[in-house]
Amino acid sequence: MQDEPRPDEILATVANFLKGTATRETGPHIAFQLRVAANAVEICQRQLTLSPKADAEELARLRALLGMDGDLMTLNRELARRIKAGQVTLDTPGLADHLWATTLAKLAVDQPNYSGYRAALAERGQV
Amino acid sequence: MAAADGPSAEARPQSEIIAERLHMVAHNHFPASTGVAKVQRLTAGATQEIWRFELVQDGLETPLILRRSPGGLRRVASSANVGLEDEAALLKLAAKAEAPVPKVRHVLTPEDGLGQGFIMEFVAGETLGGRIVRDPRFADVRPRLARQCGEILAAIHRIPVDEAPALRHSSAAELVDQWRASYEATDWPRPVFEIAFAWLDAHLPPPPKRPRLVHGDFRNGNLIFAPEKGVVAVLDWELAHVGDPMEDLGWICANPWRFGQVDKPVGGFGEREDMWAGYEAAGGDPVDRDHARFWEVFGSLRWGVMCAGMIPAFRAGESVERGVIARRASENEVDLMRLLAGNG
Repeated sequence: MQDEPRPDEILATVANFLKGTATRETGPHIAFQLRVAANAVEICQRQLTLSPKADAEELARLRALLGMDGDLMTLNRELARRIKAGQVTLDTPGLADHLWATTLAKLAVDQPNYSGYRAALAERGQV
Repeated sequence: MAAADGPSAEARPQSEIIAERLHMVAHNHFPASTGVAKVQRLTAGATQEIWRFELVQDGLETPLILRRSPGGLRRVASSANVGLEDEAALLKLAAKAEAPVPKVRHVLTPEDGLGQGFIMEFVAGETLGGRIVRDPRFADVRPRLARQCGEILAAIHRIPVDEAPALRHSSAAELVDQWRASYEATDWPRPVFEIAFAWLDAHLPPPPKRPRLVHGDFRNGNLIFAPEKGVVAVLDWELAHVGDPMEDLGWICANPWRFGQVDKPVGGFGEREDMWAGYEAAGGDPVDRDHARFWEVFGSLRWGVMCAGMIPAFRAGESVERGVIARRASENEVDLMRLLAGNG
């Protein structure tokens, strides 16, 4: 067992350092890069926190939808293949719900402040 | 052609060399001037350099912009991008068609020693999209911008294709195939992108009545705005091609260019109907709603594939930004879901 602090706690502190002290003490060009770096660290922090549950749910949905077993990469490749081949469409029961759940889970990690994500949550009554 | 900056480039500051050569350009091509001043680099882009300097004449300074290939190296125009000389030719044609563009003052020649590129007027104004959609300075002009964009696009699409430099011709089907190839090169499954490609394949618009010169990157971020006049210049013509003019009307509506104002489809500042009305009133072909929607979906997918395509550049270098941009591909997935699967 690794000791405390947890990785997500460390990353949150690094992001705050980059956005706070480090940004205040530096020039405008580097300040922009520090914001980008802080953003990258926060993506990792959110992924560590949110992905275990989101990945498990995505895997369960994919198994049900495709009627086969495999890891996330294998099943996503198979889903992509079936959509390309026209075997699965947005009218296929379960597909739209699956894609919505998966996409919203990705955005919660990648860019939770993105305008299109906020709008989708509002439209779907999830905020 | 070798590096125009020559062997001394590393020993002396680049700005000193550029200033010296711009001085000669002023002497040879702007005979009334007495030289240049305040030479400064504005961007360090991978595909071009932008420099600002002052042309001095009768004690007055006129700001000008130098756009040239990086390090003065000769850049071969790729299949997707037009070369800098062609871009200068397009700016001249656009000015003739009464689209607002910076006036080209000089196209570089080998004797100038500055590589490939051109010198144009500096146009004062704002380019940052977030400010255009939020800054109170633009509050008065904002309601007029969508119509104005339509009028400007009509002017651009009037540019006679046979007078333009040789540009690639791309049909809707060819563009979809081209971006599918880029997506497949990432070797990463994206079921939402697959849905979007399938939708585009099923909704290909008929060929345009007449293929037009398409700007290719007409969006908030590539336009210069002034608080009273609205759009005062259209920049970045390097993705110009010949094809379906509706492509330009769809691209400016893609959500990433709305800078957070999701309910203002045109660049985050206006309504589609206003842009279409301006376009038609200024002589553009009648806009078909489904046809426009095809290009809006295409634009969203195109930007998504561009983001996803950042992975090799991220892994090859030290740019954190490219990695973060790659993670923005999912933003386009949510935009595509809103466009194609219900709410939005």
